[in-house]
Amino acid sequence: MFNRKRPLEPQPRAIVIGASSGIGAALTRKLVTEGYIVAALARRARQLQDVCAAANKNAAGRAIPYVHDVTAYETIPALFQQITQEIGGLDVIAYVAGVQLPVGLHEYNFAKDEAMVKVNMLGAIAWLNEAAQRFERAGTGHIIGVSSIAGDRGRIGSPVYNASKAGLNTYLEALRNRLTRQGVTVTTIKPGFVDTVMLENAPKTFWVISPDEAAAQIYRALRWRLQTVYVPLRWTLVGLALHHIPSFLFRRLSF
Amino acid sequence: MIQIDERRTRGKTAVLPPDKLERVWAWGGASSGMCYVYRPTTTEGLQRVFELARQSGRSVGLKGGGNSYGDAFMNSENIVLDLARMTRILDWNPETGVIQVEPGVTIEKLWQYILGDGWWPPVVTGTMKTTIGGCAGMNVHGKNGWQAGPIGEHILAFDLMLPSGEIVTCSRSENSDVFHAAIGGFGMLGCFISLTLQMKRVYSGYLAVETAAPANLREMFELFHAHVDHTNYIVGWIDAIAKGDALGRGDAHLAYYLPPGADPNPQLSLSLEHQQIPDTIFGLIPKSAMWMFMRPFMNNVGTSLINTAKYVAGRVGSGKRYWQTHAAFHFLLDYIPNWKRSYGPGGLIQYQPFIPKENAQEAFGDILRTCQKHGLPNYLSVFKRHRPDDFLLTHGLDGFSLAMDFLITDGRKPEMVRLARELDAIVLAANGRFYFAKDSTLRPEVVQAYLGTETIQRFMALKQRCDPKEVLQTDLWRRLFR
Ligand SMILES: Cc1cc2nc3c(=O)[nH]c(=O)nc-3n(C[C@H](O)[C@H](O)[C@H](O)COP(=O)(O)OP(=O)(O)OC[C@H]3O[C@@H](n4cnc5c(N)ncnc54)[C@H](O)[C@@H]3O)c2cc1C
Ligand SMILES: NC(=O)c1ccc[n+]([C@@H]2O[C@H](COP(=O)([O-])OP(=O)(O)OC[C@H]3O[C@@H](n4cnc5c(N)ncnc54)[C@H](OP(=O)(O)O)[C@@H]3O)[C@@H](O)[C@H]2O)c1
Repeated sequence: MFNRKRPLEPQPRAIVIGASSGIGAALTRKLVTEGYIVAALARRARQLQDVCAAANKNAAGRAIPYVHDVTAYETIPALFQQITQEIGGLDVIAYVAGVQLPVGLHEYNFAKDEAMVKVNMLGAIAWLNEAAQRFERAGTGHIIGVSSIAGDRGRIGSPVYNASKAGLNTYLEALRNRLTRQGVTVTTIKPGFVDTVMLENAPKTFWVISPDEAAAQIYRALRWRLQTVYVPLRWTLVGLALHHIPSFLFRRLSF
Repeated sequence: MIQIDERRTRGKTAVLPPDKLERVWAWGGASSGMCYVYRPTTTEGLQRVFELARQSGRSVGLKGGGNSYGDAFMNSENIVLDLARMTRILDWNPETGVIQVEPGVTIEKLWQYILGDGWWPPVVTGTMKTTIGGCAGMNVHGKNGWQAGPIGEHILAFDLMLPSGEIVTCSRSENSDVFHAAIGGFGMLGCFISLTLQMKRVYSGYLAVETAAPANLREMFELFHAHVDHTNYIVGWIDAIAKGDALGRGDAHLAYYLPPGADPNPQLSLSLEHQQIPDTIFGLIPKSAMWMFMRPFMNNVGTSLINTAKYVAGRVGSGKRYWQTHAAFHFLLDYIPNWKRSYGPGGLIQYQPFIPKENAQEAFGDILRTCQKHGLPNYLSVFKRHRPDDFLLTHGLDGFSLAMDFLITDGRKPEMVRLARELDAIVLAANGRFYFAKDSTLRPEVVQAYLGTETIQRFMALKQRCDPKEVLQTDLWRRLFR
């Protein structure tokens, strides 16, 4: 029974989409440690189950696994309502799911591109639309979207991954502008390099942090109601630089 | 190891319209929940909501006026069936004083409807915004609890809609077990869709009122003992901040119905216009702004000042006799709109224990001292006398109750929880009882202890009979009975 409430002992509730590994799994652990009841979603049942079981050991909160593929868009409104009913409310939603498929420098593969847009962007829209609607009516709530520094500019290595994250950034910005006056916080997280399987497709890496460190920084953004956060923070400078490199130079760079 | 439940991995079919989702606040404002709120106006509309609940796999919580202080009408993430729009008076007989109403009729509408014919509701609450359905659901008491009993004693019959859509008629002779359990059953057995009540004859729009100012708890008890036999209403107000010899000091109001002939012009005093209270307080502050003036005093120091001033004024005016309209005597709080806002954004909760008369003086002394020890003296405490009754989940007993309002802030919550646990222990040790309408802090084990396993089993058996699929639920139900 996760829907039991005591008026003077409120327990926060969260949904984490993309919780079976990497950053999402670490965020689930962190939230459960902080006393949250967390609905943890992803496709791989076993991994999800292990993440939840580990998170629940001696924790103040509780993680509950839900097997789900974000590209099954039509199931999302019902699942969203079912989860809020089963966990007894919702304070935070974090969309972490994302895929980055390896793409050659001269490759134009629509199947791969479509797969990335479907998870990184359309899945986010399908889930966060539900949350936005609800939080607007509640007059409170926190939406977190895990995007990427890769969304800041279009680069040669991964055009559609970049585009999907850029689309996500713009969507989150628009949500923020819509919902701030309703008391809702929208946070865009832009990780640099985090030590997960996703890095396997990244050619050069530096400033790599652990998923737990990333989760701790996301949690801080949640506590402080921050809006756009580079993880780790020093990527803010890179972001700044990236934004200001004029296109005629950017075209000549090889990353 | 957590098992992934197959059911959890598939979305259910029926999605409820997101625009039905509303934040529902506890009356005291200290907690809230998001609920899908439906406001039908007919019994068919009500049946459709139960049907929708079945299709969408949701539970249904019933809400009247929403005046319970805690989570009694809240049903987070599920359906709340708000009955406030079912407000028809179905039948009224000014000869016998028998009235039949829909559940959403408020005490306000009720007294305004019958007073001109020389009748008054036999039991009223401290606010007139409560509905008859909600009052029956909690089996409310008035300032005449030891004389008139709870409102259930004046209900002759009711129609109850079960979650299946079936309607059963209940009275003392028909389905009497359901009758005695649905009254006070906090909406867990079915929904009252019409209720028939007996009103009380009055011969004037006035009550004769007398004031007193007991100097401590002992004097307060002596006052009640001395007057219960010949007054119709008594209510005490306790300054919960006063300590030592003054512990339990306060004010008391005693009131009597006027006998026939005492009021020279009953037609006038029984008229509606005559019952209304002026728009400004002390002729200066508009009522609607009063809460803003109260706000700065809603802390330990401010309340201490106010309480002292109030006590001194009461002491000076002690023994005064005057006539006061029924409405003014019963519903003074309603004439300061939004007074609860003076408590600030964290709201307030109420804690109201009922203690048998043998143990009451000692237990209430302990309770007041314990609150002070925790630095959480309550800011408004109302003292009343009660009697036992034969409703299954009754809070009534031959003794006294003290309704205490506590200011809540995020910072105070943990201390309040600790305090409530200590108070629960005092109440249980004194053989006391609690009242769901006022509760925000009880735990299942405390409820088991004061109601007893047998009573709970009997209630559960009736629940099984009336609502086998457990469609009727509230946050309070899940908190205390699951
Ligand atoms: C300022 C103030 C003063 C008060 N003074 C008193 C007092 O003097 N004495 C006293 O006893 N109480 C008092 N109360 C408490 C209040 O009277 C009770 O909580 C009462 O039940 C509220 O009625 P409501 O219509 O607001 O019902 P709600 O609070 O909405 O509901 C009360 C309960 O009844 C159930 N219910 C509602 N409608 C139905 C229905 N149609 N069929 C079945 N169940 C239903 C609900 O599920 C809930 O469990 C006071 C409250 C306030 C705010
Ligand atoms: N690692 C980095 O350096 C880095 C840098 C910048 C941004 N990011 C972003 O951070 C997020 C998390 O990535 P990560 O590094 O933690 O990689 P990861 O371990 O691969 O995590 C991705 C998560 O998304 C889930 N997911 C993928 N497709 C899904 C689908 N169709 N339906 C449901 N869930 C799906 C995965 O679960 P299942 O496979 O079980 O479904 C997994 O839980 C991504 O959005 C990524 O773009 C990562």
